[in-house]
Formats: sequence, C-alpha cells, structure tokens
Amino acid sequence: MQEVTKNDVLQPPMPSCWNEETKPHKFCPGCGHGIILKALGEAIDELGIKDKLVYGCDIGCSLLAWDFFAVDTVQTHHGRTTPVITGIKRANPEVIGIAYMGDGGGYAIGSQHLFNAAVRNEKITVILCNNCNYGMTGGQMAPTTLPGMKTETTPYGRDTEQTGQPTRGPEMVAAVAPEGAYVARGTIANVRQLKGFLKKALENQVAGNGFSFVEALASCPTNWRTNAKQTWEFVEKEMPQYFKVGELRTPQAKEG
Amino acid sequence: MAEVSLKGEQRVFMTGNEVVAWAAVAAKVDIIYGYPITPQNEIMHYWTRLAPKYGKKFLQTEDEISAGFATLGGVIAGRKAFTASAGPGNVLMQESASMAEMMRLPIVYVIQQRGGPSTATVIYAQQEVTLTTFGGNGEGHRVVYSTATHQEIFDYTIKAFIVAWTYRFPTFILGDGYQAKMREPLTMYDPEARGIKLVKPEPILGDTTPGKQFKHIRNTYNTEEELYDVVMSNQRDWEAMAPEIIEWDEQGCEDADVILLTHGIVSRAAKGAYDQLRREGKKVGFFRPITLRPFPDEQLKKAIKNAGMLLIAESAYGQLLKLVQNALYGSTIELVPMLRPGVGITTEEIIAEYKKL
Repeated sequence: MQEVTKNDVLQPPMPSCWNEETKPHKFCPGCGHGIILKALGEAIDELGIKDKLVYGCDIGCSLLAWDFFAVDTVQTHHGRTTPVITGIKRANPEVIGIAYMGDGGGYAIGSQHLFNAAVRNEKITVILCNNCNYGMTGGQMAPTTLPGMKTETTPYGRDTEQTGQPTRGPEMVAAVAPEGAYVARGTIANVRQLKGFLKKALENQVAGNGFSFVEALASCPTNWRTNAKQTWEFVEKEMPQYFKVGELRTPQAKEG
Repeated sequence: MAEVSLKGEQRVFMTGNEVVAWAAVAAKVDIIYGYPITPQNEIMHYWTRLAPKYGKKFLQTEDEISAGFATLGGVIAGRKAFTASAGPGNVLMQESASMAEMMRLPIVYVIQQRGGPSTATVIYAQQEVTLTTFGGNGEGHRVVYSTATHQEIFDYTIKAFIVAWTYRFPTFILGDGYQAKMREPLTMYDPEARGIKLVKPEPILGDTTPGKQFKHIRNTYNTEEELYDVVMSNQRDWEAMAPEIIEWDEQGCEDADVILLTHGIVSRAAKGAYDQLRREGKKVGFFRPITLRPFPDEQLKKAIKNAGMLLIAESAYGQLLKLVQNALYGSTIELVPMLRPGVGITTEEIIAEYKKL
C-alpha cells in the first residue's frame, strides 16, 4: 500500500493490486462493496498473489468491480461465477480463483452452484456481499432480507410466513463442506477482522486445502433509504443479530 | 470398451458416443465438464475410462448450467474443453452459449438430439435445430455441424475444435439419439498424421507469468453504441468466416425436377431414396446442408436453379424448413414438407412421399 499524490493533492492510500485508473470506484456513496474490496486488496497485496489471480464478477452490484483490480478479471452471468471459476481452477490449478458475488447471486439464482462447489471442496475462494437486498435492480427482497424489512417486493415488510426465513449462507456452506474448508462471516463494521478472514480464505486455497467462503455484511444506504447514522446502526447492530459474525470452519486437521 | 490406437489408422466398430470420446482424444482435448442426460451419457462414460490413460480431466457438475459455465472456465484457462447434452439439457446450455457468443469463447458442445418439447423421449429427433442454431439471446454467432455418420462424428468433432479456436465462435456438433446409440464402422486416425493442423489453445485469462499484463474480459456494456460496435464487429468476423467454413453435399441437382433436401441422419435415408429413384430413371436430386449455421444459402440457390420442387424431410415440425425458407426467400420453387416430429424417416417413406408428387 502506498500514498499516491496526483496534481499535488494527497490521495488516499490504495492497495497496489487495485486498478488506479478506475478510481474513484463506481459504487454508491456509503456502499459496503468498496470496503470489502479494500480489505480484499490488502489481503492480496500481503500474500503477493496478484499475478496468479483470476477474479470473477457476478451480475448485480458486484459486477461494478469488473475493472476494480489490476488482475485478470472475467464478467460472468448472474449466479454463474462459481462454475466459471471452478472451471478455470480445474483446468489450471496454478491459478488462484476468486468468485465475487452478492447474496442474490450466491443464495438464490446460483445457490446450487455454491452448495455443490462446497460439497466438492472446490479449491476456490468465494466472497459474498450480504446487504439484505438486490441493489442493482432497485432494492427487491433478497434471500438475506431480514424479517419485517421493507423492500420493493416486500413493501409492507418481509413476511416470513410467505417468504421463509433469511438464508444463513456460511452456516449452510459449513454444514456441507468437507474437511479442509474455510468458512467465515465478516462485516464491514470490523474491517481488520474481515481482512483477516479474507486472507485466510485465500491462504486456504493457496495451500490447496479446500473450499473457502467468506460472507461480508455490508451496507446499501441507497436502497435501504437510510442516512449515515441509520445505515451504520443497521450494519453494526441489527444485521449481526441474525447473521452471527465469526469463523465457522477452519482447516484444523492440517494446521494441527 | 475397445482399445483404439490413434497412431496410424484403425478400422473400428462402435457407438457414436464412444466415437465422440475418441475424437476428443484425437483432437487433444484436455477436459470435459458434463451432466448426465440421455442419449449422450456414454460420451462421459467413455471419456472417464480414457481420461487417466491419456492424462485428461473430467468434472461432473450439478447441472447443465454449471457444465456449460465450467466449460467456459476451462476455455478461458486456455484448455480445449467441451461438454455434451440433449433436450432440456440443451436448453440449459444455451445460457453459457450466449456468454460464449458475446465473449468469443471457443467452447465446443456436442448435442445428441432427443424428442421434445419438454422431457418427451430419450430416443431420437431433429427437434433441436432451432435451439442449437439460434438459442442465445441477442444476435449470437455460432457454428453448427449436423453429422450423419460415425465417420463424420469423428471427423467433425476434430474439426469443431479447430474451427472454434481459429475463429473464436462457439461450435456445436449436432447429432441425435440414433447416431449416439447405434454402432457402425469407421476409420479412426491421428489427424496430424493426415496433415490436419490442430490449433494450439492459449490462455485467455490466468497466464501466471509474473509481471504479465492483466486483462479484463466483458459481456456487459454501458451504452447502446458500445454494444452496437461489439455486435457489428462480431457480425463482420462472422461474415468473413462463413464462406471459409460452409459445408454441404449435393448430387444430381443439375437436371433434377425434384430435389430431396434433408440434414443429419435423415440425409442417409434421402441418399438411399436418391440412389434408388435414379436407378428407376427419375430425375431427382440430393441436397444436404452440413453446416446448419452458417447455412449454405448460395449453394442451395444454385442447386435448385433448374428444379421445380423441393421435398424437405425432417424429424421435426418445420425447423429445417424454416432455415430453407429463409435461405430461399424470393424463390418460386415449390416446397413440399415431409414433417415427422420426433420420428425416424426411412428410405421407403421418402420414396413413397416422392411418388405421391
């Protein structure tokens, strides 16, 4: 990480694997994606794996990261990033594959891919941004929308009798992934911890242990229609009540 | 399964699905991603038996969507990769095919047609012509070879990888359940020993050389103009390629009053009818598109110049017919369709239909 100055203006420090030309990034003000990607960028820098990466972007707001990093990147279709990165990794195990997606891509339209990649212990790293709604399409209910939460398709609040309970993704992955998997849930409210989780998830792939999955709790003030204070309260206080932050699986067998 | 040496030439007797697996070895394919569906299963069965002996890989995925996209991953990593499917599986494969069309990814699909719509039959049909030739959203470009014999399955499977990696369009081998499951003789060979130049694949992403220039590959565009430029650029490449790869077969069209027009395995019945009717002194012709896309429009127009009637026989309700109508727009030749959706067509049936004319 270095301080960059341009036109004598002090620029904020950026991870060196970031693609400087595309900064400032395209996410809404207050969006959590940028914080997750900063933590990810620092983890990549610290591991020195930039040249080996293939980064896959799902559809939705996560697609806005398609030119975010100065690393090989592929845009895919909604939900299909997991199989694309799986295909790359199977064909060339030297590659370090990252599939980056939202909660809709991972838990709804691509849930069969996430589930089965975890079951097969694919040696890839999946990073999922959980912001409780579909952001890009205008704030519809996601698998992760909290009970009672208002979205465009639950205008009177999410009725769990009708729509079920929010998906707990890391818990599902942890339940089905074999020995060697790494599974954690972090939050943008604790960036130091999130970065640690992301780093471990990448190290787990480098070591060839197994599937690695990190969900990151993130903010979406545009669609939540919240101000800064409300946004932060929701991320920091409300989301973790339902989505417990921490590590769910570590590859202890090999560590011990 | 029979042990085949791909050194030199060898006469073999086997099913079409087994031929696909051997052709893939001959074409130096690295990896198959697949999901079971009848009647293509044995492609995977034979490949998984061959794979460890030839240092090849296989992944059985959770569905055809995943098989298609994982195959795209293999191609992006710079490996010769393919998948195979049929019927409802072919429907699911179309999502990955459209991404391949937009990103110009040289994926190969082998489709062994079964009956439709829906689950229908697992036996045979020619009802996946429209889906396989035009299945994507937007004006996607793809190459579709319709094979008729096991020799052609071998030849065109090898060719599919050459064409895909040369022109960077997704390429389909369109067979059917009959071709998949029946046994017949053919000659297998090492293509390079015959002077056929195979194309060496290269990584599109994932070159792990330190300090290499990174690449971002896209299928999403922000503006109408941006998309227009990409689609039109693909269209121009397509038009430049088409004359180089169009294939067809024709016999006796010059003096024919009636031309039998068929594709795939039905063309064998038509060829039988053509031979017999010619022996009877009837002025019949035979025309068969081998590339259903690009379709041999000009070649067909030329072939029908002196004819008065086209007898179009297919195991579908008008899918080949539609391609022909499109190719012959403006022509006044009479089209006589013989449409048998999901049902096989014999030489005798074509002759009987001819005699009704």
